[in-house]
Amino acid sequence: MCGVAKIMSSSNSSYNSPCAACKFLRRKCMPGCIFAPYFPPEEPQKFVNVHKIFGASNVTKLLNELPPHQREDAVNSLAYEAEARVRDPVYGCVGAISFLQRQVQRLQKELDAANADLIRYAYNGAIPPSALPPGTTSMQPVLPVARRRSSMEFAADPGSISNGGGGFFQPPPYSLPWDNNLSGDINGGGGGGGSMI
Amino acid sequence: MSNPISSRCAACKYLRRRCPQDCIFSPYFPSNDPQRFAYVHRIYGASNVGKLLQQLPERARSEATESLYYEALCRIQDPVYGCAGIVSWLQQQIHDVESEIAKTQAEITVFLNSTVNISEPNTQYSRTNEQGMENLTNKHKEPLQ
Repeated sequence: MCGVAKIMSSSNSSYNSPCAACKFLRRKCMPGCIFAPYFPPEEPQKFVNVHKIFGASNVTKLLNELPPHQREDAVNSLAYEAEARVRDPVYGCVGAISFLQRQVQRLQKELDAANADLIRYAYNGAIPPSALPPGTTSMQPVLPVARRRSSMEFAADPGSISNGGGGFFQPPPYSLPWDNNLSGDINGGGGGGGSMI
Repeated sequence: MSNPISSRCAACKYLRRRCPQDCIFSPYFPSNDPQRFAYVHRIYGASNVGKLLQQLPERARSEATESLYYEALCRIQDPVYGCAGIVSWLQQQIHDVESEIAKTQAEITVFLNSTVNISEPNTQYSRTNEQGMENLTNKHKEPLQ
């Protein structure tokens, strides 16, 4: 009997292991706990960060407003932002955005320069007609990419990401209320790193 | 001592309380922009914001408030991904632009190689050649038929 009771209690305790949220909040983890699917007990720091920055009740409200199939992504993005804010209390995730935007601008200039070089080589270094195989017209060769132009438009004010005529990239579906004051000590390490996807 | 009711900051107005002279919120949540505090409070909660600001030196609080407001706004507009969605989107853009650069540089290399080979006097072209540019780098120098 004692042996059976022992087995029962150990299996019960592992089955009913409280989620990280309820462990932290020192409360009973009830069936249907809204946090349990997203804050496993093996990742205590995730909830610690989220609770520190957003607060458990705000997270509950936010999750309750979302359909169940979107809650995991929402929790992961909250955890990402919370970690970024813990690491960089002044800029949080915004520091990472600033850093990445500058990187995109730099790469954009590099792409424009490479495209300009390509056009220059294609026209200035064109194969002379005498060297073409017989039957070939003496027309200039068609550019391999017809003046492919970078289509990411970034204004000097990083808050107004314009669509630039709907080119290659899709901006977020809302305008970004960036302030020019957000240009201070950005160490570029505000983000948690890695992709959310 | 508290500020007169008429000059309470947006936070104290929203929270319906007196605005003390040393109110932590008042420099950053002026009464003429109530929505700013409303958004920040909705996502973070006033007490969390207060604690965060308390832990920062005064010179950093304005920037911190701006970034909190920005993140709150992003989260309200995109409740699933918030600001993290923008980070992810930017990372994808970086990846895409880097690929474009690599492709363009490869094309430049092809042009450079073709120009170099044309200038060599022994380079020959096959009438039936259908491999285009690739043949320009053909190292087998066959005489014309």
